[in-house]
Amino acid sequence: MTVSPVARSRRSRPLRGRPELYTSYRQDMALLNTRGKRVSVLLMVLVAAVLPMLLTDEFLTIAATGMVFAIGAIGLNLLTGYAGQVSLGHAFFVGVGAYTAAYLSGDPDGRYLGLGVDNVLIWLPAAGLVAAATGFLVAPIATRLRGLYLAVVTLGLVFIGEYVFSEWRELSGGGGIGREAATPILFGNNLARDGASYTEEQKLYWLFLVTLIVLAVLARNLARSKIGRAFAAVRDRDVAAGVMGVELSRYKLIAFTVSSFYAGVCGALMFVGVGQFGPTQFGLLMSIQFIAMVLIGGVATISGSIMGAMLIAALPRISSELPALFSFISTAPNEHPNIFEIEQVTYGVLIVAFLLFEPRGLFGIWWRARTYWKSFPFSY
Amino acid sequence: MTEFLTAISAGTGNGAVYALLALGFVIIYKSMQVISFAQPAFMMAGAVLVSYLAPKVGFVGAVILGTISIAVVALIVERVAVRPMVGKATFVIAIITIGIDIVVRVVTGAFIGVDPLVLGDPWGLEVVKVGGVNVEERHLAAFLVAGVVVGLLLLFFRYTSLGLAMRAAALDQEAAMAQGVNVGTVFAVSWGLAGGLAAIAGVFAAAGDPITNNFWIIGLAALPVIILGGLDSFGGAIVGGLVIGIAESVVASYHSVWFPFLDKNIGTLVPFLLMFAVLLVRPYGLFGTKEVERV
Repeated sequence: MTVSPVARSRRSRPLRGRPELYTSYRQDMALLNTRGKRVSVLLMVLVAAVLPMLLTDEFLTIAATGMVFAIGAIGLNLLTGYAGQVSLGHAFFVGVGAYTAAYLSGDPDGRYLGLGVDNVLIWLPAAGLVAAATGFLVAPIATRLRGLYLAVVTLGLVFIGEYVFSEWRELSGGGGIGREAATPILFGNNLARDGASYTEEQKLYWLFLVTLIVLAVLARNLARSKIGRAFAAVRDRDVAAGVMGVELSRYKLIAFTVSSFYAGVCGALMFVGVGQFGPTQFGLLMSIQFIAMVLIGGVATISGSIMGAMLIAALPRISSELPALFSFISTAPNEHPNIFEIEQVTYGVLIVAFLLFEPRGLFGIWWRARTYWKSFPFSY
Repeated sequence: MTEFLTAISAGTGNGAVYALLALGFVIIYKSMQVISFAQPAFMMAGAVLVSYLAPKVGFVGAVILGTISIAVVALIVERVAVRPMVGKATFVIAIITIGIDIVVRVVTGAFIGVDPLVLGDPWGLEVVKVGGVNVEERHLAAFLVAGVVVGLLLLFFRYTSLGLAMRAAALDQEAAMAQGVNVGTVFAVSWGLAGGLAAIAGVFAAAGDPITNNFWIIGLAALPVIILGGLDSFGGAIVGGLVIGIAESVVASYHSVWFPFLDKNIGTLVPFLLMFAVLLVRPYGLFGTKEVERV
């Protein structure tokens, strides 16, 4: 039997009208392996890009926060979802990134440490790299441990980090006060100030969008490469993976380092809009928020991380609507139940509910809806 | 020297609290191979409940009622949120317990209110002199009660059929099931016991100081204890609890001498730093059994 030239050619094209038929490995592994995906992703990026023209600043800020969270959530998903290493210490690396960025871009003559390098293109990668280096340093302790031991150790990391951040006054400004966040200057344009043609919210939104797209594509590519397959093997059964020749400590180290890089970038951008942040923000609650994003969005999916992050970012806004619907919910923090409590309880309830009823998260819901319509009117 | 001994006595009291909490973690771990991150929340709920009950039924009655109620709450939580997940990956169950922790903690926090909530315990900050050292009564009480509770637990595991069933299930779940042990009951009882232990620990952790919204952080310090002692070791939980309690309290009282350049007391970090140090040498804790796994 002769092999058809289509199957042999490396750049083979999919056959017309046969979207599920792959004639080469390359096609099967392609990022956007169907036309539907190509079109919808293009549409989504376009919509996301013009959204700042359509939405009010309030909703734009929520979307922007969601995108920054998504960067961190993708990082945690690479570590926890793909490589199976449960980390409660994500907030620590987010903090390292935030302080690196603030230190680099801070005013050299100001009250807190600063170098005055306020170019985004410098402090953003630097924040990621410093966080990655921290992750690299911590990883050797963490790779010796498995499962729940690791979870508790990374929990310890959060407490130690919080202590160091609040104790290092020259850098962080101390417990209650905090310091100013990094100043985003891109091509001489301060993105955190309203400009002549675009507002602060619009400019920051575009900055976050571009960063998110770049990092999401990178993560997706990592996940479908040799490293990603090694991660999955380590997650599914680390002993078996080790027997098959996957070097465990090496891949755990990679997972930690990459995940910390994403956390660092996320931290660097997180407070740019608000402009001020304090050391107590990098506590256990932030780590839990990231875990919630990963679980709600969908374990081991990049698009799921983004969906989960958007939902978590929108939660404060959603819960602020609740008093109008239910009169017993108060907006004052000294009355109970108030919106802040409802918001926190929602994290807990969402985590439990998703794990019990929809373990694959929002991505799983989307997946089921898609399969249903794909084979409509047949239910199988 | 007196200062040192005072620190030791305070540390022993706190260590007893940690040991009680850690025992709860270990009991759950032995039956389900899961760390329940909900223990700190149960501890806080126990303390708050007792402070509400104490004026009505007296302190001792409040402690007994509170312990039983928290045990029942833990039972319900286990039944509703944890039991359906049995057999799933342990980290999934662990994360569910984090979710439970948040919910219980926030609901409890709503009852703390603006004014500082006091426990209504009879000890306050009273001291007794033991050989020239001022020992706070609350620490003495914590130590004694923890001793009694540990003794009762040992008797329970040694002499009751349910205790035997729990030991059997911890040793080998499938073999225990084959011998007619109802593993579901074992899960339920272990959660109930852990909830009760957390509530008692909460009472002694709260004695003397008003309860605040950050009270549950004390419960998290019991996590390093179980890692230090080994996740599946009763002796480890008790020894680890005392070691960490004493180390924390000694460092806290000598903080200004040893670390004059640090403002915030480093005592709270000691459990975690000790844990890191021990894990570097012994990845399964001081008394934990090394995991042996079949591929």
